[in-house]
This record gives sequence, structure tokens and C-alpha cells, in this order.
Amino acid sequence: METVYILWLRELKRYTRSRVQIITSLGQPVLYLVALGFGLGPVFQRAGNGSYLQFIAPGVIAMSVLFMCIFSGISILWDRQFGFLKETLVAPVSRMQIMVGRTLGAATVAMTQGLLVFVVCLIIGFRPHSWAALPQAAVFVALVAINFAALGTAFGSIIKDMQGFPLVMNFVAMPMFFLSGALFPLWGLPKALAVVTHIDPLSYGIDGLRGALTGAWYFSFTHDFAVLVLVAAGFLLLGSYFFSKIQM
Amino acid sequence: MIRVENLVRTFGEFTAVNNISFEVQQGEIFAFLGPNGAGKTTTIKMLTTLLQPTAGRIELDGLDPAKQQKDARKRFGIVFQDPSLDSEQTAYENMELHGILYHVPRKLRAERIERLLKQFELWDRRDDFVKQFSGGMKRRLEIARGLLHTPKILFLDEPTLGLDPQSRNQLWTHVKKMNETEKTTVFLTTHYMDEADRVAHRIAIIDHGRIIAQGTAADLKESTGTESLEGAFLALTGESIRDESASSVDAMRNVAKMLGR
Ligand SMILES: Nc1ncnc2c1ncn2[C@@H]1O[C@H](COP(=O)(O)OP(=O)(O)OP(=O)(O)O)[C@@H](O)[C@H]1O
Ligand SMILES: [Mg+2]
Repeated sequence: METVYILWLRELKRYTRSRVQIITSLGQPVLYLVALGFGLGPVFQRAGNGSYLQFIAPGVIAMSVLFMCIFSGISILWDRQFGFLKETLVAPVSRMQIMVGRTLGAATVAMTQGLLVFVVCLIIGFRPHSWAALPQAAVFVALVAINFAALGTAFGSIIKDMQGFPLVMNFVAMPMFFLSGALFPLWGLPKALAVVTHIDPLSYGIDGLRGALTGAWYFSFTHDFAVLVLVAAGFLLLGSYFFSKIQM
Repeated sequence: MIRVENLVRTFGEFTAVNNISFEVQQGEIFAFLGPNGAGKTTTIKMLTTLLQPTAGRIELDGLDPAKQQKDARKRFGIVFQDPSLDSEQTAYENMELHGILYHVPRKLRAERIERLLKQFELWDRRDDFVKQFSGGMKRRLEIARGLLHTPKILFLDEPTLGLDPQSRNQLWTHVKKMNETEKTTVFLTTHYMDEADRVAHRIAIIDHGRIIAQGTAADLKESTGTESLEGAFLALTGESIRDESASSVDAMRNVAKMLGR
């Protein structure tokens, strides 16, 4: 237990100690909110869909959680490069504990980041339809964080050096984000795109978060929740499997 | 305490460790010497569960590190040749994390951390981030950390690399004391022959992945008719430098890495 805790704490320390990075990492969400939220707002409104800022804010929050998770997962690569990974791998604790500590740490960091972006959304003008729904929103942020922290761990364990990082960003994280309904409604999509969005687990996270925050669901609470829990279990298994197979 | 039979490890076409066998008794200090790229670190990685052998058998205190990984890990401590500190944490935090990973009880942990950091003259710098340390200070911290728990077997892979004479002395004095009072088995590698001569009970010389000689320092000197261990080492392994092959292998290794192998 102490092992899980100390590795969880390490991830948190790493995050809170890099204040500059925290500030700069808010730049991208702000850009999305301002450029898309206000830029595409009029078009969205004219199409009869209401406020675009209200629509994408949950998507942008989920995006920052997703990217934070992938970054943290990839930090296994840094630890491999700088050697610290070896130190944990020869310790007399199970790889499972190490993996869980790291993954929970990454998820906690990502949730904190999500909270910060939520505050940014509020500042820019986003309003949740009901403050009472915030706990529900937190549930979905946590689920998204755990899902993708586990997936990040899996990728961090498979990839052996830094060249692999852009690969994961461009071929996994970015497509997951763009094909998730973060930026567009899932109604009336072309067949192929509709299929892809239904496969993308992030779609369910975003739908859940958006449902909780704005009251507009595409699937439903139970549907989103069930899918995310199932997929999280799968990703956690995958992550711990690949982590247990790491050789130096 | 350590038994290795016909151990082999290949990387693609290249054989880094080629059918080696040796035994280390409990309480023995065993030095594993060899030129660069001989296969010392690869052997240690297999002994310490970081790498799976291609073929052969290993026994650590009766356990197979390839299968009974967690139990095997309870038996040993290791100081790596390459850096393995967390540079984003302080010296003290690095020690603390290690103590927790190795289940050193809280009170004992605090005592030992203080003693070791003082011994290796890092106590005044305990709250500084490791990334601000000099190369030698990092090395000292690695060693202090490796000595924090008291394992049955201690692996030291070129522990004195980059250390000043004072710290080297501290290290070997400490290791000898552990060996005498707690019967710790020590498996070490070094390129400083005088160190091996001074501390090791027995020595194996490995070259191109094969063990070419084993025995006490006196045995090795006698069989080669040389005065010093350095002389014996050179007589056994030749005068040529071993880096040409290693660099082409390194290049290949990079390509292989890029392909994700
Ligand atoms: N992961 C790897 N992939 C490919 N080749 C490797 C790998 N690890 C080691 N080698 C090769 O195996 C050989 C033995 O390496 P090893 O690190 O065991 O040498 P060493 O005896 O520790 O040398 P040194 O004294 O320089 O530390 C070298 O030629 C090295 O290039
Ligand atoms: Mg080596």
C-alpha cells in the first residue's frame, strides 16, 4: 500500500513542482475555447444548436484530461531514459503495485488539470446548467482520467524511446480527441464517422461530462458510465500486462 | 548463493553473454572483470530480473529470478552502472522512496538515511534536487541508496565510476564491513584492478561474453606469470581496445529501438 502511495505522490509532486508547465498547458484549452467557441459560435447558433461555447467546454475539459494522461503515461519513457525505472523494477514489490501507483498518480494529476480547465471555462463564460450536477461531472472526469492514464501506461511500457512519443500523439491521442464528439454533435453524422465515434471510448466520457454539465445527453448516464467502466477495466489489464513485460 | 549454468543472452544476431557458468558462495566477495562490452552488465541484468536469459539457468539463494521474480528481488540490492536516480526529487526523497520500496521500517529508515547521507557527505545537501548535483555527488547518492537496506546479495556494477578517492574508500570500507558482519554476498564489477585485488575473494574474467579465467587474484597472477592483477588481466584479454564492435552494435541497437523491437 505504501508503495502505491509513494509512487502516486511522486507523480503529484512532479506536477505541482512544474508551475510554469501548468500555466503553459492551459494555453491550448484557452485557444480552443476562444478561437472555436467564439469563432464558430455564430455559425453554430445559426444552425439552431445554441451556444457553441457551452457545447465545446466539456469537450475541451476532457481533451486536457486525455492529453495529460498520455503525457504522464509517456513519462515512463523518461524514467527509462534517465534510469529511474530500473530502480522501481528491481524493488521487491509487484509490478502491479508500481503500475497502479503510477497510473493513479497520472489520473489524479489529469483530474486536477481538468478542474483547472473547468475554472478557465467558467472565466471565459461557460455556465453549467445546474451546480448540483458537478459531482456527476467529477465522476466522468475521473473515469476519463483512469481510462487514459491506464492506456498511457500501456503505451509507455511498449514504446522504448522518445521517437515513439509523436507516434502516440498523432495516431492515438489526436484521432481519439477529434473523432469523439468533443467538437461536433454526434447527431446526423455520415455513417462511417458515426461508427468511428461510437468506437472511440472518449466519446462516452465527453457525452457523460457534457450531459452532466449542460443536461444534453446523446447516450445516457448509465450507458456512458457502463462503457467507461468496462473499457477502463480493459485498459488497466492491458496496462499492467505490458508493464509487467518491461525488460531493460 | 549465486549459481549460473550455461547462461546465454543474445540481442538479435549478437551474443552478448555466451554460455557462462560460475558459482558464488554465501559471504563471498566476487569480482566480475572484463573489457568494455564484455557482457558484465548484461549478466547482472539477468541476475536481477531486468532481462530474461535466452538460455541457461540461474539460481539466486535457490530461486530462479526469471520465474520467482518478486521473491528473488527480496534477496538482493543493486547499484547500477548507469544513473537510476529521480532527478526531479531531492536527495532525501530519493532515499525515502527507496526505503519504502524495500520495506525498511520508518524509524530505522530515518536513522539509516541520516547515517548514510552523512557518511557520503550529502547530508547538508539532502533537500536539494538531484538534478542540481555534480556527477560524483549523484554517484555517491546512488551508492548511499543502494546500501540503505541490508540485502543478502549486493550487486555493484562499476560502483566507483567517477568517484573521488575519499568516496571510493568509504564505499569499500562499508562493503567489507557489511560482508564481514552480515555475511552479505557481494557481486561486483570494476575497471580498477587494484580495487578488485584489494576487496575480492575470487575473480572471474569475462571477454566477448565468455569466462576465460576464474580464481583468486593470486591464482590469476600465478597462472599468467605476472606481478599485478592488471598485468594478469591484460595478459588474458589482450591489449586491443573493444569499442569498434560495440559502436556498430550500438548503431544497430538504435535502429532496432526505432522499429520498436
Ligand atoms: N539492449 C541491447 N541491445 C543490443 N545490444 C546490447 C544491449 N545491451 C547490451 N548490448 C551489447 O552487449 C554487449 C555487452 O554489453 P554489456 O553492457 O553487458 O557490457 P559490459 O561488460 O557491462 O561493458 P562496460 O564495461 O562497458 O560496462 C555489448 O556489445 C553491448 O553493445
Ligand atoms: Mg557494464
